[in-house]
Amino acid sequence: MIPARALRRGKSRLMVVLMAIAVVVAVLPLFLILGSLIVRGASSLSLSFFLSRPAPAGEVGGGVAHAISGTLMIVGMAAAAGIPIGVAAGLYASEFRETRLATITRFVADVLNGTPSIVVGILAWTWVVATQRHFSALAGSFALAVLMVPMVMRTTEELVRLVPDSLREAALALGYTRWRTTLVVVLRTALPGIVTGSLLAVARIAGETAPLLFTALGSEYFSFDPDRPMAALPLVVYKYATGPYPEWHKLAWTASLVLILVVLALSIAARIATRQRFERS
Amino acid sequence: MTDESLARSSRGDTIFKWSLMAAACTIPALLLALLYELTQGAWPAARAFGTEFLFSSTWDPVAGVFGAWPAIVGTLLTSFLALAMAVPLALGVAIYLTEFAPVPIRRPIATVIELLAAIPSVVYGLWGIFVLIPFLQTSVFPFLQQHLGFLPFFSGPIYGPSVLAAALILTIMIVPFIMSVSREVLLAVPSAQREAAVALGATRWEAVSTAIVPFAKSGLIGAVILGLGRALGETMAVTMVIGNRHDVSASLFAPGYSLAAVIANEFADAAGGPIHESALIYMALLLFGVTVLVNAVARLLIWRVSRGRGGV
Repeated sequence: MIPARALRRGKSRLMVVLMAIAVVVAVLPLFLILGSLIVRGASSLSLSFFLSRPAPAGEVGGGVAHAISGTLMIVGMAAAAGIPIGVAAGLYASEFRETRLATITRFVADVLNGTPSIVVGILAWTWVVATQRHFSALAGSFALAVLMVPMVMRTTEELVRLVPDSLREAALALGYTRWRTTLVVVLRTALPGIVTGSLLAVARIAGETAPLLFTALGSEYFSFDPDRPMAALPLVVYKYATGPYPEWHKLAWTASLVLILVVLALSIAARIATRQRFERS
Repeated sequence: MTDESLARSSRGDTIFKWSLMAAACTIPALLLALLYELTQGAWPAARAFGTEFLFSSTWDPVAGVFGAWPAIVGTLLTSFLALAMAVPLALGVAIYLTEFAPVPIRRPIATVIELLAAIPSVVYGLWGIFVLIPFLQTSVFPFLQQHLGFLPFFSGPIYGPSVLAAALILTIMIVPFIMSVSREVLLAVPSAQREAAVALGATRWEAVSTAIVPFAKSGLIGAVILGLGRALGETMAVTMVIGNRHDVSASLFAPGYSLAAVIANEFADAAGGPIHESALIYMALLLFGVTVLVNAVARLLIWRVSRGRGGV
């Protein structure tokens, strides 16, 4: 009797130890990757990295300013189109949650969130690049906007749902119309959460490379014309990492470091925004 | 309120409802648009090669002959290898973080692991090329070959970029996804489940294995399938480390290809003209079809648990 019990206890303890090891193994890559980025990327961080264009292939120096401005512009245009549509769709799914369209939208958004981004790139290529017969930043923004809509929709929906029904009822009882209730009371209450969701979505698409490969294409020059090919940080990382020159590899590490700092800053800002929301309520 | 203002407000409500509805409709519309445009684009290749496309290993843009077999094998092989390595790890972490870990460290650890999911795929690829592959090439692969070289998977010349390197990168990338979804599923298990098992004299592990995991089973399977979907469609990191060769090899040390990687490499300047483009869109259609199916199944399974109907 006692040995059997000890055996069971022992097994329980063994499993716990194994799981604790799993945690260490799972956390390790984050530190390894961040460590390599800092060690290999930080040394090339300089003012010229942020302010100048790439030097001719194989030469020392140069920067990725063209890609930083390109990413800001491509992601900015995508966010300007994707966030409002996503928020509106999320509002529909939470304020009219019993309708069949809400259920379908919710489910399809989940499915689209798992769709490979390169497939969305093909859609942007077919609709924008193939019809205009040239690559353009606009096509890249379109692809990213398509990726954003279902992401923003789901977070908006989940956060707007948290707004208590008593608030809606109070507004309606005061004679507010449905649309003013939704926009002035519900949306405003859920706003910090929606900001969080949008920031997370921006963080995710800022690092997207695959859908830009055959839409925005990349470029070696400064460009602010949405109708022409444009550089972006992830594209620069890809090109320089797979290129033959050690100087390029250095730039790829530094560009990655910048990219990851932007993405992590957005993710952390998003988390802080939600925390404030919970503290307030 | 006068009748007039009532009428005006209800008109406002109607406009409001319809504009939200239009926004909501864009999402199903996008799914249909993807399906339509991909089918349309894939049609020439589908007509030219038929089902031969799926099983042929020829990839000759100059002659205009295309077969996706190596890319299909590479995609499935890397994804399932990654799943085999990631699932025990991710489920172990998820169970530990919901059941065993000291409460104050639960959220911080989950957050740290979820930050892994925020790292862009291209950065994983960069790290794979310059850190992971050199390490594998000098220490892990020779070790495997020395001790397990009698198996065909670990025989043959050692290349750096390889199917195994891609599978390892994918493992690192999907652990956070599977972990965070399973964690949510496990958190949704009612504590009565746990308390009942412990009250009957179960050890803590027995409570997990007999009362909690069976209750959450369908959701956990959903989380795993969701991870599979991510792995199948992962593009940049795989493209950068898999070696990009249209060939099937028994050895995991040999370079291979994946569907997404072929599209990423060749679509921007499809040298073989429209039929080359169409063959690549055919591959995208395959990828899209499989991931939609995989994600739909996974979501249905997860919804079952989170709605409180445990799959026993």
